[in-house]
Amino acid sequence: MKTEDVSLDVEGVSVVYPNGHQALSDASFHLGAGTICALVGVNGSGKSTLFKSIMGFVNPTVGRVRINGLPVKKVLKQHLVAYVPQSEDVDWQFPVSVWDVVMMGRYGAMNFMRIPRAVDKLKVEESLKRVSMWEFRNRQIGELSGGQKKRVFLARALAQGGRVILLDEPFTGVDVNTEEAIIGLLHELRKSGAIIFVSTHNLGSVPEFCDQVVLINRTVLAYGPTADVFTAQNLAAAFGGVLREFQFERSTIQSHDGRAVTVLSDDERPLVFGKDGHLEYMDRGKHEELLRKRREEHE
Amino acid sequence: MSDLIQSLAVPFQYDYMIRAMGVSSLVGGVCGILSPFVTLKGWSLMGDALSHAVVPGVVIAYIFGFPFALGAFIAGLLAAGAMAFIRAQSRIREDATIGIVFTSFFALGLVLISLFPSGVDLKTILYGNILAIADPDILQVVGISAVTLLVIGFKWRDLMLYCFDPNQARTLGLRAGVLHITLLALLAATCVAALQAVGAILVLAMLITPGATAYLLTDRFGTMMRLSAAIGVATSLAGAYASYFINGATGGCIVTLQTLVFLAVFVFEPKRGILASRRAIRMGIQANQPRINANER
Repeated sequence: MKTEDVSLDVEGVSVVYPNGHQALSDASFHLGAGTICALVGVNGSGKSTLFKSIMGFVNPTVGRVRINGLPVKKVLKQHLVAYVPQSEDVDWQFPVSVWDVVMMGRYGAMNFMRIPRAVDKLKVEESLKRVSMWEFRNRQIGELSGGQKKRVFLARALAQGGRVILLDEPFTGVDVNTEEAIIGLLHELRKSGAIIFVSTHNLGSVPEFCDQVVLINRTVLAYGPTADVFTAQNLAAAFGGVLREFQFERSTIQSHDGRAVTVLSDDERPLVFGKDGHLEYMDRGKHEELLRKRREEHE
Repeated sequence: MSDLIQSLAVPFQYDYMIRAMGVSSLVGGVCGILSPFVTLKGWSLMGDALSHAVVPGVVIAYIFGFPFALGAFIAGLLAAGAMAFIRAQSRIREDATIGIVFTSFFALGLVLISLFPSGVDLKTILYGNILAIADPDILQVVGISAVTLLVIGFKWRDLMLYCFDPNQARTLGLRAGVLHITLLALLAATCVAALQAVGAILVLAMLITPGATAYLLTDRFGTMMRLSAAIGVATSLAGAYASYFINGATGGCIVTLQTLVFLAVFVFEPKRGILASRRAIRMGIQANQPRINANER
């Protein structure tokens, strides 16, 4: 795996569509190598427009996007940007197998006729094994479960060798086990120095696996380490009144007797803020440092 | 017995029949190989539009005496350009846009034919006249077919990727715009070639039916392309041959045969045919029966 440092710079990007709609204005942020960054915002906040400008589908009206200091168009030729589409955007009835789809990640590196070489086949095999989908290689893609479908497209990004990997809603329609598996894989990719940029609605999962967050609403409201950006105040600014809220101090839980409080959620992980507006994590064991600091502050 | 064989061999004694069968199967094969792209991209209506929009080009070509294929091809591309322009510049929906443009082109063709009656026969354009195809026209069909087959032979994987996931094509740095125009140009070119064999009205069947039939038979794009081309060649050859005995309407014979093949597959295909899925549902009900009982207990 390559370890050269990759960087993503969005510099004062504004996008105005031909119908006059301003999707983004003056959006700026910087991401360095080895990060999993969440892109969070309401529907229509410009998330997909931002993705499109990073992938070069949309040219910013003002500003620019630089990857490794180079314009997007040049970087695309090096196949450094990989994209894992939203499930709704894929034609699952298309007559292609799992193997075919992952091989599509290699097209950029292939010759004029796109005839796979041994190295391409090896990469595809490796990627499929990494997402545990090797046994399914001959299946037509429509015959897979939601989680398996996601893993196939993730394998395509792996086979491509993308260093900036954009994922659009990777956890919708995915079972808990697959979600864990995907997150594990993203951690490995982060370790190898890739930039993982994840657009998601699933607020509760963000603190669990993203080290950075870009919060947008037509412009970048805040970006940086999750603990700094993911505050109740910032989220209120990003979402207005759109978020469902469960306030413990107003709820029946508050007049408790010391017994444990459990929050269960069917599909999406709950995002929990503690008494001082602290972001709370699911697993205490992984955040000893944080607990120690809070304890000190409290005393 | 030998009488029967002799009468079955009669079409092969006529030069015009051999040429008709040859050109038909070539056109059938080329349309067949393009058919998976058209059906999977959802361009059926576009194919219909282009096959009608080439008509004024053919008429003008005959009036001024330059190759009909050139005129038809230019008219087809102009129509495609007009559709893209109206689509981009207005809020009219795509199907309405296609409807407006291709009927305008077709109407222009009709007006031109009535203004210059000596130029070309309307029936020939609408229904094709493969039995009377002239040598220069054969040459044009062969030329178009060769170019189409070459382009698809070399670039079918790129075109498939573009049909399946244009965004992936773009992120890999492939030029999606070029692929789009290539596919459109191939579609226009095959329309022009098929015009000779089956006429403007039935071109669409040649472009859709083989691909749709093959789609029911396989889950792999490469196989689908080969099957579709084979169905195109076989039905066109057999259709042209049969038209000798029925005495005319080659296009009608070819397309009727294609429809019969489609229907047979639609009903009898072992995995997804109507009969198979009925059977699967029945078996499913039977297989589930004990479990339902167990739950009740």
